[in-house]
Amino acid sequence: MTDQPRQTTDERSTVVSMICRLVAPFAQIFGLYVVMHGHSSPGGGFQGGVILASSFILLAIADGIEEVRRRFSLKAMTVLTSAGVLLYAGIGVVCLALGANFLDYGILPVSEPRSLGMLGIEIGVGITVTAAMVSIFHDLLSFE
Amino acid sequence: MTVVTGMLLVLGSLDMPPTGDPQSPPALHVSPRYIEQSYDETGVPNMVTSVLADYRSFDTLGEVTVIFTGALAVVLILRTERKEDGR
Repeated sequence: MTDQPRQTTDERSTVVSMICRLVAPFAQIFGLYVVMHGHSSPGGGFQGGVILASSFILLAIADGIEEVRRRFSLKAMTVLTSAGVLLYAGIGVVCLALGANFLDYGILPVSEPRSLGMLGIEIGVGITVTAAMVSIFHDLLSFE
Repeated sequence: MTVVTGMLLVLGSLDMPPTGDPQSPPALHVSPRYIEQSYDETGVPNMVTSVLADYRSFDTLGEVTVIFTGALAVVLILRTERKEDGR
């Protein structure tokens, strides 16, 4: 990529590494909170998914791209990207199979079906956005 | 050409209703129903989400598909070196 040798983990700043590791769990909790509270407060799958993905990208900055690539399988990220869309469309198809319109949550056999149906599709959106962001980040970074 | 197009666009925007006008045509069609009944119909206190994820959920499905397609395109174009080291 460039003629400079790539930085290894040993040459990284300890301060940057430790701060990133400290912040990442809080960013993950906040991202999950934004996804789960999307239907009752400002937020939702798109925003929460990006916050969650940014914490994984922060870990990649802290630990080095090789270390993160060893722990996360990029193939799993691609599978998760499609799993989120499938979860979203699957909820719609379940509504369709139960006799209502596509994505008409009112028919779902749970308490407060509309609220929970929305939560389900927000989780689907969150999974897709998180996996897509992480997958794009790693693909762009590893392209040589 | 560009100047003429720009002038036409500005001309077209001159008779738009002022922003935030409650009597403008878009604010009179479905907005009152969302504001008055979205909590009773969806059981969700966040009006924006009730429109995004319930009334317009098919549109949101399309948005998610766009993001999925974007990620898929990046994977297809850039992820090539996996085959060389056998993973």
